[in-house]
Amino acid sequence: MSDSTNPMARRDHTHDSVEPDGPRPRHRLSGRNIMIYGTLIMISLYYLLPLYVMVVTSLKGMPEIRLGSIFAPPVDITFEPWVKAWSGACTGLNCDGLSRGFWNSVQILVPSTLLSIAIASVNGYALANWRFRGADVFFTILIIGAFIPYQVMIYPIVILLREMGLYGSLSGLVLVHTVFGMPILTLLFRNYFTSVPVELFKAARVDGAGFWRIYLSIMLPMSLPIFVVAMILQVTGIWNDFLFGVIYTRPENYPMTVQLNNIVNSVQGVKEYNVNMAATLLTGAVPLLVYFVSGKLFVRGIAAGAVKG
Amino acid sequence: MPGDARPKGIFKNLTAKIAAIPMVLTAMVVFLGCSVWTIVYSFTSSKLLPKTRWVGLDQYERLWGSRRWLVSIENLAIYGILALVLSLMIGFMLAALLDQKIRFENTFRSILLYPFALSFIVTGLVWQWILNPEFGVQNIVRAMGFENFIFDPLYNADIVIYGVLIAGLWQGTGLVMCLMLAGLRGIDEDIWKAARVDGIPTWKTYVLIVIPMMRPVFITTLVIITSGIIKLYDLIVAQTGGGPGLASEVPAKYVYDMMFLSQNLGQGFAASTMMLLAVVIIIIPWAYLEFGGKRHV
Repeated sequence: MSDSTNPMARRDHTHDSVEPDGPRPRHRLSGRNIMIYGTLIMISLYYLLPLYVMVVTSLKGMPEIRLGSIFAPPVDITFEPWVKAWSGACTGLNCDGLSRGFWNSVQILVPSTLLSIAIASVNGYALANWRFRGADVFFTILIIGAFIPYQVMIYPIVILLREMGLYGSLSGLVLVHTVFGMPILTLLFRNYFTSVPVELFKAARVDGAGFWRIYLSIMLPMSLPIFVVAMILQVTGIWNDFLFGVIYTRPENYPMTVQLNNIVNSVQGVKEYNVNMAATLLTGAVPLLVYFVSGKLFVRGIAAGAVKG
Repeated sequence: MPGDARPKGIFKNLTAKIAAIPMVLTAMVVFLGCSVWTIVYSFTSSKLLPKTRWVGLDQYERLWGSRRWLVSIENLAIYGILALVLSLMIGFMLAALLDQKIRFENTFRSILLYPFALSFIVTGLVWQWILNPEFGVQNIVRAMGFENFIFDPLYNADIVIYGVLIAGLWQGTGLVMCLMLAGLRGIDEDIWKAARVDGIPTWKTYVLIVIPMMRPVFITTLVIITSGIIKLYDLIVAQTGGGPGLASEVPAKYVYDMMFLSQNLGQGFAASTMMLLAVVIIIIPWAYLEFGGKRHV
């Protein structure tokens, strides 16, 4: 279990050394290759299609949408839908666009990510290096908890937040994200810190360093990659959340996903498909950006996150 | 194990214990406490507010007598089985394709995985647009001359769940592919060489040797996909809103609607307890398989 974060990395390594030296034999146009690349290209096009449709639809005017095909590239490129989606689209009575949801999401995302990572990394460190009685029990409950459907816990959490006076506020949602991010992040950090050589820890102990000192000056600097992985995991997860947002915040605090859904699926008024697609793209832009910038680390994050469940 | 580094007395770990308080609170109050609370209150007649008027299994009887719940279960079963089988099959085949030492492997992988970075809300809304009969696929095929072509999954109660499945697969197969690829990369190169020397055809090597060797990866993937499927909610809300009629309702949406829209808390608690039960039935055998024999946590 503990090495499932890096099978890919390890294998990449062996890959290099197994590869024979010298130029590869060239028969690129063999039937087999045509099959493989042909299939992959077809499938890739299918996967890219929705992104393409979103982009072209968001750049067309409504008359053009009504006349043409959704796959046709725009004749008259207009950025009007983007402007409207950002600052003028309506949800119910409000017509101030997605920008509000965006800023709400930012206000939720930043503290949730920082708080959950800070707490989970210290937890993981305590579990890996300072094992104490009962730790395994709590940790097991925490991991099992990751499998419990959220629906089982949402209502009691409403009561808890109401008691704390946080129900409906952004801070309440931050707390919820921190709590539900804990199992996976704790696991991630625990496994990572476990792989740090014990000798380092022992040496620091001998030198008289305490809990926080070892964490801050040894563990933290050594584990920046895993912090990045955790960040990717949290940023995409929290940004994409819908359920918690819709339950634990008031309409004026709705995160972007909830507001997007309200804009697109609102029943009143004429449907403006171009504005809807611009809004959808705007909401998807943050995780997409994270995804394309982070590359391999994203893959590592989901492999770590997913394999450990 | 780093446990070897454990200091002698338990008092020495006081800081660590204090640092672990958030974890302990989360585990005990939220995961354990809240779940037990919901299960307990599913035996009450709570309506707008939770009350302790015990009614035994009444809520469950009502739940299983409700047409909407039965439709939800049926939908989840169809979606779940198909999503499971198809995403495992497609995911494995894509991984096998990417594992052929091809060029541009990273590019292909990025393309196949990017939908996974998007939320279900975004996924649902895009596919709602593509499957829109007036403008989307149906319209295009008709424009090509097939005047009577009909493809309107989101407006046809009989097939709406397949429309959702298309979107769900688009979003989730990349993840399966990634997990499978990691599994394939974990297989020793020598096994491939040995199979080649023995003249075993590639497909046979996959079916008879590689797939059986990847059993743990398949089981883990299965558990991940399944626990995701049971939570299916956002996608439905964005793509169909549960419609047309009740045709694409799912259990998670039943829970939400009962709790927060219909002021029928008892029903929501009972339904969510059933969801928990479903997870338990899936997780326990897996946990047993994974951790039952030897402990290697």
